[in-house]
Amino acid sequence: MADFPFLDIAIFVPLVGAVLIGLVPRRLEHTIRWGAFGVSILTFLLSLGLLVNFDASTDGFQLGSRAEWIPEWGVSYITGIDGVSLWMVLLTSFLMPLCVLASWSITRKIKPYFVFLLALETGLLGVFAALDMFLFYLFWEATLVPMYFLIGMWGYGNRLYAAMKFFLFTLVGSLLMLVGILYLYFTGGELTFSYEALLGTPLAMATQRLLFLAFFASFAVKVPLVPFHTWLPDAHTEAPTAGSVMLAAVMLKLGAYGLIRFAIPLFPDAAREMVPWIVGLSIVGIVYGALVAAMQSDLKRLIAYSSVAHLGFITLGIFVGTVEGMSGGILQMVNHGLSTGALFMLVGALYDRRHTRLIADYGGIAGSVPILAGVFLFVALSSIGLPALNGFVGEFLVLLGTFLSLRWWVVPAAFGIVLAAVYLLWAYQRVFQGPLTHEDNRRMADLSWREAAMLAPVCALILFIGLYPKPFLDRINPAAERVVQQLTESSVIPGSSRFAEGR
Amino acid sequence: MPFQAPEIEWLGIAPELTVAGTALLLLLVDSLLKERFPRFVIPLLATAGLLVAAFLAVKGWEFARDEGAALNFSGMIAVDAFSVFGKMSLATFGLLTVWLAREYLRRELIEEAEFYALILFAVAGMMLMTSAADLVVMFLALETFSIALYVLVGFRRGSLVGQEGAMKYFLLGAFSSAFFLLGIAFVYGATGSTLLYRAGGADGVSGYLATTPGAEVGLLVLAVAFLIVGLGFKVAAVPFHLWTPDAYQGAPSPVTGFMAAGSKLAGFAALLRLLDVVLFPLVWDWRPLVIGIATITMVVGSVLAVVQEDVKRLLAYSSIAHAGFVFTGIIAGNDRGVSGSLFYLATYGLTVLGAFAIVAVLGGKEERRTRLNDFRGTFNEHPMLAGLMTLFLLSLAGVPLTSGFVAKLVVFGAAVEAGYEWVVIVGVLASAIAAFFYLRVMVVMYMVEPEADAPRARLGPLSLGVLAVTGAATLVLGLFWGPLIDLAEQARIFAG
Repeated sequence: MADFPFLDIAIFVPLVGAVLIGLVPRRLEHTIRWGAFGVSILTFLLSLGLLVNFDASTDGFQLGSRAEWIPEWGVSYITGIDGVSLWMVLLTSFLMPLCVLASWSITRKIKPYFVFLLALETGLLGVFAALDMFLFYLFWEATLVPMYFLIGMWGYGNRLYAAMKFFLFTLVGSLLMLVGILYLYFTGGELTFSYEALLGTPLAMATQRLLFLAFFASFAVKVPLVPFHTWLPDAHTEAPTAGSVMLAAVMLKLGAYGLIRFAIPLFPDAAREMVPWIVGLSIVGIVYGALVAAMQSDLKRLIAYSSVAHLGFITLGIFVGTVEGMSGGILQMVNHGLSTGALFMLVGALYDRRHTRLIADYGGIAGSVPILAGVFLFVALSSIGLPALNGFVGEFLVLLGTFLSLRWWVVPAAFGIVLAAVYLLWAYQRVFQGPLTHEDNRRMADLSWREAAMLAPVCALILFIGLYPKPFLDRINPAAERVVQQLTESSVIPGSSRFAEGR
Repeated sequence: MPFQAPEIEWLGIAPELTVAGTALLLLLVDSLLKERFPRFVIPLLATAGLLVAAFLAVKGWEFARDEGAALNFSGMIAVDAFSVFGKMSLATFGLLTVWLAREYLRRELIEEAEFYALILFAVAGMMLMTSAADLVVMFLALETFSIALYVLVGFRRGSLVGQEGAMKYFLLGAFSSAFFLLGIAFVYGATGSTLLYRAGGADGVSGYLATTPGAEVGLLVLAVAFLIVGLGFKVAAVPFHLWTPDAYQGAPSPVTGFMAAGSKLAGFAALLRLLDVVLFPLVWDWRPLVIGIATITMVVGSVLAVVQEDVKRLLAYSSIAHAGFVFTGIIAGNDRGVSGSLFYLATYGLTVLGAFAIVAVLGGKEERRTRLNDFRGTFNEHPMLAGLMTLFLLSLAGVPLTSGFVAKLVVFGAAVEAGYEWVVIVGVLASAIAAFFYLRVMVVMYMVEPEADAPRARLGPLSLGVLAVTGAATLVLGLFWGPLIDLAEQARIFAG
């Protein structure tokens, strides 16, 4: 079964599904909804095939394929996954059916909605699987357009502004990356876009610096690192629920993934030189994101800012230069996808009931919606990093990795966890606890079966990773070790790494 | 001295002759048979003429491939793969325009044989432009297609904007022609010939450059500057772009699309042959000038498009910006630059024709509804038209999976290869600005509710066909661009 091209089929099944759904007459709403659900489930099953066939003993790329595409320009179709992209692919395909379920409340223009949603999935899976820079860039940009329409057509009040801002911010970054890719293509000597062929390209330090910055521009906007984050609160807040889930859970990971896969291995010396800056920005992001989140009155905006803080943890882990940090950062990418994805689903459920996202419009509703409240608390605790839940494992590893290499930087980072407890528990308290403040909320319906069905798998996984993260870490570690090695071992200037001495 | 008849390879200008001959035939048929035959005969004849021309162009391709590039008519006409590539593209643009025009002209009640004849004359002039190996021939070609276009821009006689556009285009166009002529005069003064290549007894410009020491070519450098001004006008480069928005807005939409696709290709074909081939020894003299033009063209075009409220004007400024992008390929001056520019011109032409086809359909009677606000909620009424327009706009913006992305990739790639990364950085930043106004159109079409009493646009079968062809080309050339880039690379064979 290992020869079966699970990966390539999984990438294109959603796109084919999108085209087929586009052909269904628009009044057959049930067919469209269930069709989209079926396509996303099929994609998930295919990606499970990847998990089964994945060989955790190697750090190379596997389960992919390779074909000539535009030989005139050295463009090929090359795919493959390692321990990082495996989990990203699984996260995407796991969340997509749940997003489809969360989109049951969409009633306007259903057909284009699901077409864009499924097209988005193809783009996301493609980014994680592509091992040709041209192909990668295609998928990278291809995620922009569907998300732009999802925000702009089905978002909330300020959606036009948010959609435009989202598109332009990301576009500027990725265009600079395109120049970098082209430069690398011509410098590589072989005139190929193949990632593995470009990997060892010898580059002078000054060139590396510029190229790293060109790639970094794209990834830092996507992650987003403070101060490139300003598009995020708008986009996340105004997007429809499934859009927010996909944005937070997967699209932000594109940036972190790009750093791990491209920015560090291609330009290791420049990356090493940038470590103090990126670590600094990450820690600023952790603290700043948390503080701003605590001040929000809009529940969705609060979660959006919490993403800034969480992503700060992830970049911190990636750049501290230890295997622990890197593995923790990668695991945290999955964790954040699950926890924040679930939080957005829960807020979406609240919005569907009351058509408001303001914390002040709720209060004391735990009595009316006990199950919803319980799930919210559970997910919030996982997001904070309560032991025995998934967030703890990732954050602990990141902090451990930070401590091993940078020592006292761990203090402000750990402080970020305290702040996370502040803003999430405080929000929980204001929304669910205390006396009922609005009479309207008394008759609020608890979770429906559909909502329970979309939250239950996430909660199960949150608990599973918290109790037994070994299957995840086993597959992440080889890839993490490889990237850490690239980051810490000099290829141009020997022994210049200041922070390596601290280990 | 006995008279020696020059050796003539008719295949070299067969497409031009066919197209111009068809135009004359159209006028003849129309005046002889007035009203006594179904009107569709005229566009049918035009189609046939263009198809024959395209076929002859393909023959010319085989000729250039098998026999090598050749000079013809005592060195005044180049028969090479480069010109054939241009002619095939132009024949395609002409065909699409004729098809689109048929339904448009009927709607506007101005279907006359002259329209088709003028399109064909313009195509013939543009084709000749790609082959011209003598500056006087180039000037003749330039005037042939320009004069046809002046008339076409003002073809809606009842329309004030049309008249204004035609007048501006004509006055400024005549002005720029004078610059071009002045350039020719200087070239003649410097080299004693208007031939580009060495032919017969004359040295031509390239022969002169090969034998003259670098310090003595000052007059020729001045001449080059004038030639760039004259051609820069035709391709709508800043600061010679002032006619563009008015002419684009005033012209009937099929003509606008044709101008954007065809004039640009013809003008840039001449620029490519002049700058990147014949005058390449002077590259250090002309490159700074062209870099200046390219960067301000990209930036000014993109920035001014942002504030436009009329879709035709918006696309006009976008077309200005695109001229700047093509210039990056010329600046590169390497093999990839030439083939990349050709690829860019061919794909841009198809995309922009599609975009203006949509404007022609959605604009409605007398094109009263071309303002951005008139496109509100198009997606609700015409999801297919909105979808196609999105495809064209994304392609113009250079978003992947469309031909526009590949086109930008190849010209930017060429410039990076040549070491002009910073020009490319200006280019990508301009593209980011440009993305904003393409998105604005999409916002209006998808995300704003339509007017209650908006009239429904009517889409005829021919327009649908044009949209299908241009849409498919935009998408397919974005995914499988190998064959076309391969052709463009083969088209780097120049005569001389």
